Amino acid sequence: MLESLKEFAGHFFVTGEPLIYMSDVAIVVVSLAIVFTLTYLKKWKWLWKEWLTTVDHKKIGIMYLISALLMLFRGGVDALLMRTQLALPNLHFLDPQHYNEIFTTHGTIMILFMAMPFLFALFNIVVPLQIGARDVAFPYLNAISFWLFFFGALLFNLSFVIGGSPDAGWVSYPPLTELATDPGPGENFYLLSLQISGIGSIATGINFIVTILKMRAPGMTLMKMPLFSWSVLASCIIIVFAFPALTVALALLMFDRLFGTHFFTMLHGGNPMMYINLFWVWGHPEVYIAVLPAFGVISEVVATFSRKSVFGYKSMVAALMVITVINYLVWAHHFFTMGASAGVNAYFAVATMLVGIPTGVKVFNWLFTMFRGRIRLTLPMLWAIAFIPCFAIGGATGVMLAAAPADYQYHNSFFLIAHFHQTLIGGVVFGLLAGLYYWWPKMFGFILDERLGKWAFWFFNIGFYVCFMPMYALGFMGMTRRVYTYPAETGWTGLNFVSTIGAYLMGIGFLLIVAQVLYSIKYGKRDVTGDPWDGRTLEWALPSPVPHYNFARIPEVSELDAWWHMKQNGETLAAQNKKAPLEPIHMPKNTGRPFIMGVFFFIAGFGFVFNWFWMGAIGLIGVVITLIARSQERDTEYEIPAEEIRRTESALGRL
Amino acid sequence: MKSRWWKGLILGAFSLFALTGCSEKYPVLHPVGPVGEQELFLIKFSTLLAAIVVIPVIALLIFIVYRYRDKPDNQAPYQPEWSESKTLEFVWWAIPILIIGILGAVTAKQTFALTHPPKNSGEPLTIQVTSLDWKWVFMYPDQHIATVNYAEIPAGRPIQFVLTADAPMNSFWVPALGGQEYAMPGMAMRLWLQADKTGTFEGKGANFTGKGFAHMTFDVKSVNESDFNKWVADVKKSAPALTKDGYKELRKPSVMGKKSFSSYPKDLFMDTVMKNGGKYMNNHWMMMDQQEKQMDHHDH
Amino acid sequence: MTTVAEKRPTNAGHDGGRLPLEYTRHEGPLNILGFWIFLATDVVLFASLFATYFVLRTHVDGGPTDKELFGISGFTIETVLLLTSSFTGSLAVYAMRNGNKKRLLGWLIVTLLLGIAFVGYELHEFLDYAAEGATMQRSAFLSAFFTLVGTHGAHVTFGIIWMASIIVQIARYGIDAINARKTFIVSLYWHFLDIIWIFIFTTVYMMGVVS
Repeated sequence: MLESLKEFAGHFFVTGEPLIYMSDVAIVVVSLAIVFTLTYLKKWKWLWKEWLTTVDHKKIGIMYLISALLMLFRGGVDALLMRTQLALPNLHFLDPQHYNEIFTTHGTIMILFMAMPFLFALFNIVVPLQIGARDVAFPYLNAISFWLFFFGALLFNLSFVIGGSPDAGWVSYPPLTELATDPGPGENFYLLSLQISGIGSIATGINFIVTILKMRAPGMTLMKMPLFSWSVLASCIIIVFAFPALTVALALLMFDRLFGTHFFTMLHGGNPMMYINLFWVWGHPEVYIAVLPAFGVISEVVATFSRKSVFGYKSMVAALMVITVINYLVWAHHFFTMGASAGVNAYFAVATMLVGIPTGVKVFNWLFTMFRGRIRLTLPMLWAIAFIPCFAIGGATGVMLAAAPADYQYHNSFFLIAHFHQTLIGGVVFGLLAGLYYWWPKMFGFILDERLGKWAFWFFNIGFYVCFMPMYALGFMGMTRRVYTYPAETGWTGLNFVSTIGAYLMGIGFLLIVAQVLYSIKYGKRDVTGDPWDGRTLEWALPSPVPHYNFARIPEVSELDAWWHMKQNGETLAAQNKKAPLEPIHMPKNTGRPFIMGVFFFIAGFGFVFNWFWMGAIGLIGVVITLIARSQERDTEYEIPAEEIRRTESALGRL
Repeated sequence: MKSRWWKGLILGAFSLFALTGCSEKYPVLHPVGPVGEQELFLIKFSTLLAAIVVIPVIALLIFIVYRYRDKPDNQAPYQPEWSESKTLEFVWWAIPILIIGILGAVTAKQTFALTHPPKNSGEPLTIQVTSLDWKWVFMYPDQHIATVNYAEIPAGRPIQFVLTADAPMNSFWVPALGGQEYAMPGMAMRLWLQADKTGTFEGKGANFTGKGFAHMTFDVKSVNESDFNKWVADVKKSAPALTKDGYKELRKPSVMGKKSFSSYPKDLFMDTVMKNGGKYMNNHWMMMDQQEKQMDHHDH
Repeated sequence: MTTVAEKRPTNAGHDGGRLPLEYTRHEGPLNILGFWIFLATDVVLFASLFATYFVLRTHVDGGPTDKELFGISGFTIETVLLLTSSFTGSLAVYAMRNGNKKRLLGWLIVTLLLGIAFVGYELHEFLDYAAEGATMQRSAFLSAFFTLVGTHGAHVTFGIIWMASIIVQIARYGIDAINARKTFIVSLYWHFLDIIWIFIFTTVYMMGVVS
């Protein structure tokens, strides 16, 4: 009995690596610390009532943000481990298996468990405020989305200490990922955690499309809607049409692994190409899902800090919509080298290049938004300015990669690695950080410290170029991605070493951001006006942080940059509040069911990872029960009395 | 302040290429055959076209951020409501359209060109390549010899590599000769390459295949015609034969050095393709037929 | 219990009483639009499965082909059951529009029973195939077949559970704006599954039999 228990534990827990044991200890210590602190401060009830059961879009946004920053840390540590291993030839800091696991988790976490929640954080916090709504269209579903993401991420990260991490790259191509060549639960963790969080992402996409189409303040026609909300609409349209393809790709590969089907196996008629197509039918649009909202942030930030209307608003909207369409038609450029005919390759090459046109237009429009403005170099603006050249170069190398015959030489090389990090860091991360600094005061009521922020900015930016510029050259030297080491004769040592230094500089940049947040919690300048940047859009008309019902009275909008024009005309929301007596507001009730549903999804996912079908069944039955319970629920709203709103507003000095 | 940093970094990046670009360490930039040369042309051409947009953008950015910075004594014009100009917007919709149009046309033309053997070259030679965990097997159907992890080729003749995998898919890449093509189970895909000079060029498996992936390199040795014939004769005379059981051994996951075989089971390559689902892949199958016809023709 | 007659006038203020009942509460139009978008995602999901099926259709690995496998009577009965259930689903919505609770419940129950019969027949068909050795582990074709048709069947099963939950609510609360919205949405879902089935019927079964 004891023996079999020991054997089980030997398989169940990841063993044999000092790094793993260290993290085991760290996880236990941190968990105990959290439990202890919550108990000591008697905060369990607070945690449950204020956060775990919340349906408030602002709180859900903040939870997304915290998760994203944690995942950025984990993904960043993975990156540093990889760069350390590659700093010098023939290092044995990591063995091949461990290296393979780390680049897999790095990629997966950064795209799906860092970029996505970071985006959703901004969607949640900003969109309803910007369009003058009191919440998203489906607050309950919004909470479900978050908890599915959360438990998906938890399941994925659990693989680090239980069962073993996936080790076949973030794209997880079969037949390598079939049972024959990749036994063990690692790959199952990948498939199931992405599946669970992916369902949440689809729900978020639907939620925000409906929110934006149906819940804009009166007078805000689509062509008077701020560009960030436009970019969210574009991003969500892409989510809705792209994510189901991932759902299918993951499900079919999971069937292969769990039920012995032959979708992508080498034998019995399977066709691995089918997975690769399905994966990239989602995978390429995913890039635009991430980068379009970053474009939106840049549009807002550049206009605000140039004190000028965004240039070429109609072109900007048109460019977003053109990208939303073209991005579906380019997926095969991820495999020009997989035997497609010349005609197919030529088509996908040209289609891919077409994306460069609207993107180029956007860059010029940003430049001319600044032109004849007054540019304030605040932290959000610094990141936005850093975004432009970095993304321009990344986009240019993207067009170079799109030239199919040239791609035969770039494919799978470090040139490609440099390119996509430049678009995903220089594009998405810079854009999201600009958004983070920009909307931080709106979320928390204080401004992040400028001095520490500038240090972080310079470390991160210089680090970025030091890390990734050498990789373009390494690509031309023939260095392929995903090699865990290389011999000295290749001549790759110098550039790799430089790149590793750059990675550490970026790591310092990240730590400085953490330090900046911690410092600013105590010493950061408080935002008492609600409009610290002299903003242009409706969210800046509200106090910071925003009361849970957002708008005491829904404002009427007559122009683009609604708040800017209100200010020009000497109007405020407070003045609008006084015009007529306030009315009671209907708000959705808090509920613990989305959290519980997430737990059931987690149970199901964990069961299937280990082929414990009984456990999977328990989880799925739990999910169905929560769904039925929701269907039967009728009393989902409560009313905030006018008197309470009056009190809250006058306490905020708005009456 | 920041603008200077960028200038420095970008100049640095460019000079990095300029300074070190001449060394032999950059096989992609110093190809030794017509395929690699064509691809290099496209790399340079697309870089140039991209630079036409990117450099002015960066210059404009630096200029604008400097000129319109928010300083009390800044005399530059300030027009907060100026947000539209049909002319300007027409210009920057037109520029990228033009550039992409040119690049797209050149790309399409080249994509088609590369599916044919290089022009004005000698008689093509076919080499069948199978990627295994974690090694490369080369079979010479005309010479009936096989090698592992190295291939000798006659300089100046187009080589038709026909690629498949009998393991998770890999990608066959010899940067000095030209771009890569995947080796995929159940598919037989063609890659034309040619070396105009003699020398040894490193090849690699470019697509991740698991633990031994980093060690999946091979050598392509380009020699002149007579040395090639001599090498073939040597292999036939001195090397052991590759049997079916021998191939089964090779197929087991392992990392190994170079090997030569004086012969191999006749239909090994075809059988491998068929076994892994080749019978369902019509296009590739037709290509193989044509190629066999070509070979028959060549034999007679 | 709120009846239509009582409910309508209260909404006459902002919509003139012209809107169907399911649109009258503030969340009605949101939920219905949201559900249409959800159906769009489901279209993509099924499109991916159809694409996979067509790619793998001939990959039989020496096992049974579609022509050998499919029995005409089986899938014809399934088709008739599901198409009829779609029709009765429409009758249910019609009864709802007329405020006739009894008929609404009756037609929903008929729809539900037809759905159950459909799923039962499908299960029976699958078990028959499995008994002949045609399991989803046999070949890529069979993997794709069982997954495509099975996903549709799972959707119908889910629809049955959902509709049952709505029937209970209508019995309890009558035809109010909430139940009208729920009934309308579940009927959208049901018709959608019907359309998917028509594609399965024609492109999988019919083309399989005649190929």
